[in-house]
Amino acid sequence: MGWFKRLKEGITTNTKNKKEVPDGLWNICPKCKTTLSVKQLEENFFKCTNCNYHFRIGSHDYYDLIFDNSKYTELFADIISVDILHFVDMKSYSDRLEESVKKTNLLDSMTVAYGKVDKKPLVIAAMDFNFIGGSMGSVMGEKIARGVDYAIEQKCPFMIISKSGGARMMESAFSLMQMAKTTAKLTQLSTAGLPYFSLMTDPTTGGVTASFAMIGDVHLAEPEALIGFAGPRVIRETIKKDLPEGFQTAEFLLEKGFIDLIVDRQSLKATLSDLLNYFVQKETTTQHPVAEPST
Amino acid sequence: MVFLDFEKPLETLFEQLEKIKQVGEQGDLDVTPMVKELENKIAITRKEIYANLSGWQKVQLSRHPERPYTLYYISQMCKRFNELHGDRHFGDDKAIVGGLANLDGQTVMILGHQKGTNTKMRQYRNFGMANPEGYRKALRLMKLAEKFGFPVITLIDTPGAFPGLEAEERGQAEAIARNIYEMMVLKVPVICVVIGEGASGGAIGIGVGDRVFMLENTWYSVISPESCSSILWHSWEHKETAAEALKLTAEDMFGFGLVDGIIKEPVGGAHTAPEEMAKILKKQLKKELAELSELSAEERVQQRILKFSSMGRFEQLPDSKLAKLTATADKK
Ligand SMILES: [Zn+2]
Repeated sequence: MGWFKRLKEGITTNTKNKKEVPDGLWNICPKCKTTLSVKQLEENFFKCTNCNYHFRIGSHDYYDLIFDNSKYTELFADIISVDILHFVDMKSYSDRLEESVKKTNLLDSMTVAYGKVDKKPLVIAAMDFNFIGGSMGSVMGEKIARGVDYAIEQKCPFMIISKSGGARMMESAFSLMQMAKTTAKLTQLSTAGLPYFSLMTDPTTGGVTASFAMIGDVHLAEPEALIGFAGPRVIRETIKKDLPEGFQTAEFLLEKGFIDLIVDRQSLKATLSDLLNYFVQKETTTQHPVAEPST
Repeated sequence: MVFLDFEKPLETLFEQLEKIKQVGEQGDLDVTPMVKELENKIAITRKEIYANLSGWQKVQLSRHPERPYTLYYISQMCKRFNELHGDRHFGDDKAIVGGLANLDGQTVMILGHQKGTNTKMRQYRNFGMANPEGYRKALRLMKLAEKFGFPVITLIDTPGAFPGLEAEERGQAEAIARNIYEMMVLKVPVICVVIGEGASGGAIGIGVGDRVFMLENTWYSVISPESCSSILWHSWEHKETAAEALKLTAEDMFGFGLVDGIIKEPVGGAHTAPEEMAKILKKQLKKELAELSELSAEERVQQRILKFSSMGRFEQLPDSKLAKLTATADKK
């Protein structure tokens, strides 16, 4: 509880969750260098108006975009990390956590929310890259686990929006085992007959990709998102060659057969609504046969 | 014999022993008492060195060039073994081997990472780093075992899944993810043993079992100490510190409840008495198989899911502390 206690003293005012897109007046598109105002970005689903580059946004930004009237309930927000290994590299894990909470006003790299998409219920677990690179530790695993339980309870579909560099090294094998933990929970969702949508956004790599992100019933990805197991730098060092243009992008994975569809952020909600219609309808049909036999 | 840096005192003693034996062979002198004394000394020194190994030293041991690998254990433990090849989609990965075996009369599917024993073979086996087709071959064999009710034994020994260009093209992440999923619900008993290196996704890709064991001088972690050092310390120089920080030894892992048990190695490590090591491993496997066969498939799968679902350490805040932080989330 050490790091959180220290931190609590520092939190007096309560601002909104900080956006991944900085709140400065102007932002420069990393791809085409166009200068964009925050207002322009917000009105265009946090995409570049010139080249359609999808800016990295936070979990709450996604909830705002996806859920009806931007209304939703955050779930399991009270789970926080513990520095179980007393991990110290160039700084201590406790300090890292404290700094990240201060920087982002989030308690971890994942939030979970429940809301309606065109009136159809959905549980979404989404990542915040600003919080230690969206890394997966015990908290992320537990939030996904509880998210799955909640979806089963509510008999509603489940979705994960990934945006992560992979495992959280500071939790070592605990982090590794979240791959198995989240997968174990998804087998239960599957047994309950509920669909699971995996949306991969920029970036989705490492243990996140090699577990829950790649075992969805439907795999969605944002345009040009980096998606892979090993990071590009590691691969370059391994093969000692430059990587081909477009390697490990969403488009590349679609071509190789690992993604169902690439969705522009602008049509994300509509696509989800379609999916929910297909799957939820199917469930209703099986439960209530159309024609009752007459007696 | 290959000695690791921390085994220097042993190396010196072994050199002395060699010399004395040579003198003995030349005739005149009866060296038996001296040989005996030296052998005693070697045993004591070995015990001392091995009583207190650091994380990094265990990493070194797990990579000892003379350490027994998967195919050695299979040949020692099983009367018959027929290797089965290929993933039926792309090819046959040499870094993961597997097949049907006769373990004292019982048919088992046994598979694992395989490293090479010399320079040429190390390359042939890609240093135990599997490509997607390796994981898919493993899955094919496990599904075959499930179909006919054979227990599955996996032996883990990898520095990681191969981070290559083609591995990405063929879906390394998907292959590992799929294996974790399918192993979680496999109806037959599954026992996994880390026999050397247990690095990250490459290890857990064949590492989901009713029982997961580690040999005494092995490691299991989300990342190798070297890579961890390079990422967190921005240099390769801190691998020893990283090895300690990652708490990756069998003792640590068992202490955290992330593995089900530690299998003792002969003093001096598995490579000093490989036959004995194989006997110890076989005994443990047979005991566990007998226990697991008492359970129904449903019970095993339920317990497996429950075991992995419970892994993780976190804290739940009392509401009041949290209220301040999250008040904004709902109302937007
Ligand atoms: Zn642009």
